[in-house]
Amino acid sequence: MSVFYFIAFLSILFSLLVIFAKNPVHSVLYLIITFFTFTIHYIILNAQFLAVVNFIVYMGAILVLFLFVLMMLNLNKDAEPTKSIYVKLAGIIGGGVLLVTLVGAIKLTAKSNPVVLQDVNLGSVQNLGRVLFNEFLLPFEVSSILLLSAMVGAVLLATKEGKPKATTV
Amino acid sequence: MESFFEAVKVVPLNHYILLSAIIFSIGVIGVLIRRNAIVVFMSVELMLNAVNLLLTVFSVYGNDPNGQVFVFFIMALAAAEIAIGLAIIVMIHRNTNSIDVDILNRLKW
Repeated sequence: MSVFYFIAFLSILFSLLVIFAKNPVHSVLYLIITFFTFTIHYIILNAQFLAVVNFIVYMGAILVLFLFVLMMLNLNKDAEPTKSIYVKLAGIIGGGVLLVTLVGAIKLTAKSNPVVLQDVNLGSVQNLGRVLFNEFLLPFEVSSILLLSAMVGAVLLATKEGKPKATTV
Repeated sequence: MESFFEAVKVVPLNHYILLSAIIFSIGVIGVLIRRNAIVVFMSVELMLNAVNLLLTVFSVYGNDPNGQVFVFFIMALAAAEIAIGLAIIVMIHRNTNSIDVDILNRLKW
C-alpha cells in the first residue's frame, strides 16, 4: 500500500520538475523519470503488457526523439525567454482551478472501493492479444495506416525545402 | 507473486483518480506557462500519460481488458502525434530560428 503512495509522490514531484526546470534537456530527463514511475504504476496494477510498452515506446522511442530534436536544434542552453510573471500566475491559477474542480467532483461521489485485481491474467500479453485481434482488429489496422501516414508526413515536413526539384509530373 | 499483488491492492480508487487529476493539471499548467514549444509538447505527453494511467486503473477496477487495449491505441496515437509535431517544430525552427510559441502567431492572419 505504501509503495503506491511513495511512487505517486515521485510521479508528482518529477512532473513538477518537468515544467519548472529551466533547461529543456533537464525537462526531458525528468520526463524520463516520470514515465519510469508510470511504468512502476503499471507493474503494481499487474498490467504487464502496458508496462513493457510504456517502457519501450515512451522511454525508449519518444523521449529519445525529444532529446534528439533538442540537441539537433542546439537548444540546450538557458536562452528561453520567460513569460511575464502575470501570465505565469494566471496559468498556475487556471490549472489550480481545474484541479480544484476535478477534486471537488471526486469528493461528491460515493465512498470509493479499493482497486482489487480480480483476474491475475487481466493485463497479460496473451489476454490483451486475444482481445486486440478479435474485437479491435479493425482499429488495429487503421492505427497502422495512421502510423504510416504520420511517417510520410514527418518526412515531408522535415525535409529541407530548397529550390523546387524537377517534378516528374 | 499473487500475494504481492493482493498486499498492494488496498489503494482506494479515489486516490488513483486524484493522482491522475494532479498530473493532468500539472500538464495543463505546463502548457500555459512555458514558451518553449518542445516543453509544451512534453506537457501534452504528461496529460496523455495521466489519462493512460486512469484508463488502466479503471480497467483493473472493472476487470475489463478493453481499457488496456485503449491505452495501447493511445500510445500509438501519441507516437504519431509526436513525430508530426517535432517535424513541424524542426520546420518552424528552420524558418524563424526560434521555437518560442509567442512568436508563432502568424496563423491569426
